[in-house]
Amino acid sequence: MKVIVVGAGVVGSLAARELSKYDLDITIIEKNLDIGWGVTKANSAILHAGYDDPVDSNRAKFCAKGNAMYTQLSQELDFEIRRTGSYVVAFSDQEVKTIEELYEQGRINGVPGLEIHDRNTLLEKEPNLNKDVKCGLWAPTAGITEPWMVAIAAVENAVANGVKLVLNEKVVGFEKKGDQIKKVITDKNSYETDLVVNAAGLYADQVALLAGAEYVPLHPRRGEYILLDKKMGSIIKSVIFPTPTKTSKGILVLPTIDGGLLLGPTAVDLQDDMKDHLETTAQGLEQIRNFTRTLVPSLDFSQTVKTFCGLRPESPQKDFFVQASKVVKNFVNLMAMRSPGLTAAPAIAEYVTQEVIQQAMGFKLSKRKDFNPIRRGIKKIVELPLQEWQELVKGDPKAGRLICYCNEVTEAEIVEAIKRGARTLDGVKFRTRAMFGRCQGGFCSIKIMKILERELGKDMSEIVLKSPQSWIVDGKVRE
Amino acid sequence: MKTDVLVIGAGAAGMAAALSAAKNGARVILTDRDERAGGILNQCIHNGFGLHYFKEELTGPEYAERFSTLLENYQITLLTDCHVHNVKPDRKAVLVSPKGVFEVETKSIVYTAGARERPFGTLMIPGDRPSGIFTAGVAQKYMNIENRIIGKRALILGSGDIGMIMARRLTLEGVEVVAVIERLPYSGGLLRNVIQCLEDYNIPLYLSSTVVEVRGKERLEEVVVAQVDNNYRPIPGTERIFKVDTLVLSVGLIPQVELLWGLVQLDPISKGVSCSNIGQSSSEWIFSAGNCTVVYDLVDYVTMEGEKAGKYAAHYAKGERFETGVPIEIGENVGVIFPRRYVSGEDLVLYIRSKKPIEGATLVVGNFERRFEDVMPSEMIRIKIPSQKIMGFERIVVSLKEE
Amino acid sequence: MDRIVCVQCPVGCKIKFEIVDGKIAKVEGNKCPRGLAYLEDELREPKRIVPTSVKIIGGNYPLVSVKTSAPIPKKYIPELMKKLRQIEINAPVKAGDIIVKNIFDTGVDIIATRTVSKNSQ
Repeated sequence: MKVIVVGAGVVGSLAARELSKYDLDITIIEKNLDIGWGVTKANSAILHAGYDDPVDSNRAKFCAKGNAMYTQLSQELDFEIRRTGSYVVAFSDQEVKTIEELYEQGRINGVPGLEIHDRNTLLEKEPNLNKDVKCGLWAPTAGITEPWMVAIAAVENAVANGVKLVLNEKVVGFEKKGDQIKKVITDKNSYETDLVVNAAGLYADQVALLAGAEYVPLHPRRGEYILLDKKMGSIIKSVIFPTPTKTSKGILVLPTIDGGLLLGPTAVDLQDDMKDHLETTAQGLEQIRNFTRTLVPSLDFSQTVKTFCGLRPESPQKDFFVQASKVVKNFVNLMAMRSPGLTAAPAIAEYVTQEVIQQAMGFKLSKRKDFNPIRRGIKKIVELPLQEWQELVKGDPKAGRLICYCNEVTEAEIVEAIKRGARTLDGVKFRTRAMFGRCQGGFCSIKIMKILERELGKDMSEIVLKSPQSWIVDGKVRE
Repeated sequence: MKTDVLVIGAGAAGMAAALSAAKNGARVILTDRDERAGGILNQCIHNGFGLHYFKEELTGPEYAERFSTLLENYQITLLTDCHVHNVKPDRKAVLVSPKGVFEVETKSIVYTAGARERPFGTLMIPGDRPSGIFTAGVAQKYMNIENRIIGKRALILGSGDIGMIMARRLTLEGVEVVAVIERLPYSGGLLRNVIQCLEDYNIPLYLSSTVVEVRGKERLEEVVVAQVDNNYRPIPGTERIFKVDTLVLSVGLIPQVELLWGLVQLDPISKGVSCSNIGQSSSEWIFSAGNCTVVYDLVDYVTMEGEKAGKYAAHYAKGERFETGVPIEIGENVGVIFPRRYVSGEDLVLYIRSKKPIEGATLVVGNFERRFEDVMPSEMIRIKIPSQKIMGFERIVVSLKEE
Repeated sequence: MDRIVCVQCPVGCKIKFEIVDGKIAKVEGNKCPRGLAYLEDELREPKRIVPTSVKIIGGNYPLVSVKTSAPIPKKYIPELMKKLRQIEINAPVKAGDIIVKNIFDTGVDIIATRTVSKNSQ
């Protein structure tokens, strides 16, 4: 049986990986040049605990469960998570009341370990918080990860288990027979299929529309971020949320996996035709600076490494739209994956495989005996004991040639990233953290361009930053 | 491995330090993470180097070669492609290269790691994140070393020397440079470069202006520039759009000090390694020189300071010890100074940047006074203060008194 | 008095001068004789040193950096760039080697400013 998963974001990737446990012929089709480059690439990277989601919503149903699944998943797929815990902090009596409500909601949602900490306990754990804080809701299961690495790891594991990955192809239509899709048409090819899983992120409504299936209208909600240098990374240890409003979790302060400090996001609803508007704005960045200072007064914005913007797919229902189509019999929607979509994704992958595809739709799937759940990440050579590093260099001199000095990434890791599918500068960056440091590629981007050139057998002028027209160099100074 | 002096970074400061340490009888290891010695000089193919030191005008590669050929004549082990992974308080450093990972035990260090360019991300410029945005040094390396053209039409942000020099380079090689944008009301580089790099090629320099937005989903397409007020805030309504595919940033250098975090005191103003006038840091076995201490205008000065640090690091390795010295403090109208402590004995060679342009100013250092005309923050003053003029002071205040 | 900034070196002397009957009558501010020569050139025929690159075959760099051995008249610069774009030389080259002799009959040579050895690969 043939399955097409549309979209290699974290939702599609984990769904494909879950489906690869069964005897299926699976193809992932992704319009970008790499895995996880849509919604997955730019969000808060948080594993939410699950107290924030309305009781009985899909969000509540999948969040705490997905959160718990990340422990095993991160071990099997070898990506990093850190259970930092999170605080929702209250500065007024009104906010204290909201926190008490959240505590109750979390309890009903099955969130483990919630506690309300008084001011002293809170400031002991987070001494750099604004001293005016009254209390905080502590959620020990909350944590952080690198969302794109979750997607990359899931796809690598899925591919190792037989899944095919097609990049740089956009779904433009479907060939149907009655109430069944027979073929998925892309801008370059067509693919026969028996089942379509729509995980097209911001564009999932358009894909469903092309298929003639149900959908909820999606509009982008802009979230801007400021990333501060590692020098600032230790001033906050857990994820700090302000007390949420009805519409948003607010602007947060949180550590990142590689030791920086992330501030954001803003939340601005854009028109539904603005799904490629990934620009930051002066107002947005100003808002982040002003607001986060009220949470952590000692933030030093001269330590800014970069600013960026992500878009999350929001629907009028403000909830995940996860179900089999009733009109197109072999089409499944995994849509409107707004926050906590990253956290929920593993639980949704399991749910869609078992309860939607097998039970509700009635597809008979048989488990593969040879499924290998283990994927190994690219070895971070700098973290090895010196003796081991020395041994490694003896066998491969590239393991001793540092390319990215800021994050200490060796040529061996970059070559490995290219072997695993990096074709662009951003592809190398997101897989290895090279160019992610404080010089942002000032010293290493040219070296990486030359390695890409050599490993791919291409000319430098053919190598792009992130998309087909994002060229870096043009011709030669002397032909 | 054991050595007397470990020199980290083989640019202008490091090569000078290594040579001078070797001339003073020390065994020296000189490391550089690049594949060759010379540092950034290798890519600076323009002229303007060496007038003070060699009394002739050289290009960067020529200047570097004068030193790199000398290295072989002395007891200097040059390790290229070699990254210093860490430096520990017990005077050991871990070096990593394709030849292996090894520990070096040293008696002293000369840290000469230079500076890095302030990258785009730190500027918090709103807009898209397209390709086509380069720091000047990256643009320069593509053009001068890698033989690559970086675009067709370029705008340059920042009128530092390298920004203007790149404006000329790009123009000569057929890239149209539409303007240079400067936030300050005056050029950030030498006047000579305004003339020979911009005026010679009719490239407009827009002062009191900055980039307020970059646009382009894939490659850069447009850059929005606005005028700024006295507080450097963009003035609404003054925006103009430049259609360019390339933006080159020359917005400042940051001393590279991360390797020495926790080991030495930093100068809170220059953000570089804080040193005495013999190049000694707050950690007595670590010496430092060059752009990792303070950002210089002229490589000649970097060489001279490197030589000094190398000499004293060699003496230290032989067992000589030096006093901490008296603090040198920033007074009126002074932006940056180097060094920050004075050890009596030699005359004090002082490097000063003013905080603002001053038409006529008197430099006052202890009992020393000297009048200067047309003092500019972009033009560093180097001056030798005779030791008798600063003897007996508990602290030496440096000020530029406006007339 | 008129003012001009000497570009001969990074010192950038601010030269003050007076012209009487088409001749330089008074000069001050130049810290070395090159300033006077620069002023004379600037009034008659502005000249510049031109640093650029030339293609090199079989070297450990794809380009060898070059410069004019002395300032050449500014008006020749476009022509010079055109000429240097057509030149190809073979590695090795030593810094100081003459790449083009007496360009445009100016008495100025184009000289290599970098040593480029043969590519070992």
